[in-house]
Amino acid sequence: MMSADATTHELPLSEPNLKRTPLHALHLTLGARMVPFAGYDMPVQYTAGVLKEHLAVRAGAGLFDVSHMGQIALRAKSGDLADAALALERLVPVDVLGIGVGRQRYGLFTNDAGGILDDLMIANRGDHLLLVVNAACKAADEAHLREHLSQTCEIGVLERALLALQGPGAEVALTRLAPECAGMRFMDVREISILGAPCIASRSGYTGEDGFEISVPSAKAAKIAGALLAEGDVLPIGLGARDSLRLEAGMCLYGSDVDATTTPVEASLSWAIQGVRRTGGARAGRFPGAAIILEQLCTGPQRLRVGLKPQGRAPVRGGSVLYSQAEDGPQIGTVTSGGFGPSADAPVAMGYVPAAFAKPGMRVFAEVRGKRLPVDVATLPFITPRYKRA
Amino acid sequence: MLKYTPDHEWLALTGDVATVGITQHAVEQLGDLVFVQLPDVGAKVAKGDGAAVVESVKAASDVYAPLDGEIVEVNQAIVDDPSLVNSDPAGKGWFFKLKLADVGAMSALLDEAGYKALIGADHA
Repeated sequence: MMSADATTHELPLSEPNLKRTPLHALHLTLGARMVPFAGYDMPVQYTAGVLKEHLAVRAGAGLFDVSHMGQIALRAKSGDLADAALALERLVPVDVLGIGVGRQRYGLFTNDAGGILDDLMIANRGDHLLLVVNAACKAADEAHLREHLSQTCEIGVLERALLALQGPGAEVALTRLAPECAGMRFMDVREISILGAPCIASRSGYTGEDGFEISVPSAKAAKIAGALLAEGDVLPIGLGARDSLRLEAGMCLYGSDVDATTTPVEASLSWAIQGVRRTGGARAGRFPGAAIILEQLCTGPQRLRVGLKPQGRAPVRGGSVLYSQAEDGPQIGTVTSGGFGPSADAPVAMGYVPAAFAKPGMRVFAEVRGKRLPVDVATLPFITPRYKRA
Repeated sequence: MLKYTPDHEWLALTGDVATVGITQHAVEQLGDLVFVQLPDVGAKVAKGDGAAVVESVKAASDVYAPLDGEIVEVNQAIVDDPSLVNSDPAGKGWFFKLKLADVGAMSALLDEAGYKALIGADHA
């Protein structure tokens, strides 16, 4: 057979240009299989393997090293956070001003064509906004912020580690070290102390489960990760399972499901655009691509991102062409992410179809190894999220 | 007689029929299998043709016909439960039985020592 894993890039044994997170040595100690990702040497799985790691997160708790992602602080030069919020609103179609202290929102950097430059989390930290951005985009995002916001804002990259603790057992595991996190609800952000280190925790994640994303000082990251793993009820989880978890949860992967050519409306992310930024709202538009995006919000987009449920056992992967017919007929769309969902115990995927096909139960066909396989449009997510909302 | 290919398949010959599977090494590289597609019984294959497909959570891989021959039996059990390949790749996880066009061609394949050397070299 071919050398197996399509996500493992063939590289010479020493790759001196790969960056390392503060947990790199820990990953090796834990028996991780490392792969390059966004310029970093990252664990794709540990000894348990992708399937078991995925199931462990939904059944108990898992710890992810996501330190490769970017953490950027935005402060208003005026000293008034509202000015930083309003400045950022020039780059994102989000009600940033309305994010309360200690709360965060999902956001999108858009471009002049209405496409998406990156997706991110925006947290109100009282005296600054904390942005968490994708690893592959963080340099471009920083440049984007500097280009447009330097007059009104101080922009600072935080060199800190980032851990994600996810699963129904996440709260029990974290409260052992930081009892104050128990009172947090979904999308709260607060400072917590772990082993004497000042950390910033949000109750959020990329798995569809309850959990926390924790920014920790780099020098303390290995010790904190070790403490979280010590009791045995938290497993280390690699990027392989991170991808299958977010896919089942219907969440976009930047560069696959959303990119510079997809608008938030096409991507079924209209929910992230609060009313105040839409036509008729007090701060409507005034973000890149506003004309196109607001138009699509009114009249509907030509295509939509939908869930896709292959009807057989064969996974349907990103890049697969979609057709409306079992034979003949033109391409109608594309699969943008797909794989096997361990919790769904079935193949799951998502992709773009024409708006007329974007109804749950519509039958389309995906080309896999030269054959057209039946696939049904499905609602997302494929699992039931268990966020701690109340 | 047990032989191996550089593509990480094993062959166990009985008469002129070789049972074919993939090695422990291959299984470790692939990770947990979630899907197996086997050839049709009666299919005639040439050495190097794609004969079967396996998929892990993350990616698909081909299993090649190790020698020329005809598929005379396939292992439905691994289609029903791909994890059998992970748990017992050398036994219950067999893929298909191949009636060889030329039994003599087995001698050109790797023996166990040769295969071990090959994968040992990968790890160096």
